[in-house]
Amino acid sequence: MASDRLSLVFGALADPIRRAILTRLSEGEATVAELAAPFSVSQPAISKHLKVLENAGLVSRTRRATARLSRLEAEPLREVTTWLARYQRFWDESHERLDDLLGALQADQDDGPGRASAATAKGKDDE
Amino acid sequence: MSKTHITAEPGIPHIIITREFDAPSDLVFRAHIEPELLTQWLGPRDLAMTIDRWDARDGGTWRYVHTDAQGNAYGFHGVFHGDPSPQAIVQTFEFEGAPGHVALQTAAFTGRGGTTLARTVSAFQSVEDRDAMVASGMERGTRDSGDRLEELLAKLQAS
Repeated sequence: MASDRLSLVFGALADPIRRAILTRLSEGEATVAELAAPFSVSQPAISKHLKVLENAGLVSRTRRATARLSRLEAEPLREVTTWLARYQRFWDESHERLDDLLGALQADQDDGPGRASAATAKGKDDE
Repeated sequence: MSKTHITAEPGIPHIIITREFDAPSDLVFRAHIEPELLTQWLGPRDLAMTIDRWDARDGGTWRYVHTDAQGNAYGFHGVFHGDPSPQAIVQTFEFEGAPGHVALQTAAFTGRGGTTLARTVSAFQSVEDRDAMVASGMERGTRDSGDRLEELLAKLQAS
């Protein structure tokens, strides 16, 4: 994903009302009035939020009869989660392994000094 | 449950990784600086890590390679700046698959009465470099599967 697009998506997600709008739209299309209902903000304010979401490609708007409906466009969200997920997994797994290693090293120290290097070597062989 | 927090703000070419460990700071520091300890944890289990050079002192160079089950090798190298201490391990970091795109990485380990907060800040040359690094997932040779949208929306709702 292009970096500027990513920034737009992140910028759009940086607001709690816009996140709530997306959550509501994940249940189905909605009008501005329906989206404004749970909040103590005006419909024009909601329209402004929708514009930001639309610019980020997160929302598309269609007209049905007299109603203007907003709908969730999931693809940019998918791209954002994929963007961070692998990196997050890399570090999650590394740090889980580090937890195990630190646990082993500490158990080792409790057994007395001088055995740490032996256990370290053993841990390495186990890999 | 993920205890590793990764912050990558839009428009700022930094990545901040924080994690609390249930061990004293000197031990967490050692695990980051002693090669025979580092190879036991850095990277996912399905990648083998080999240290080629590791001269952990001011001006010393380092290089390691991660190899996946298919035999794909991913090399990284850089230079230590200042003698590493629990207060700061400062090093440059370059993925050999993208030469010339160098990050400056600072790791610090703060003891909190038995536990340690490890905080690593990576400063990239540009937001594009930062985004590319994250997108690479550290060049792990796996593909994402499944749809995380529901998970994301649940998170959005909770935040």
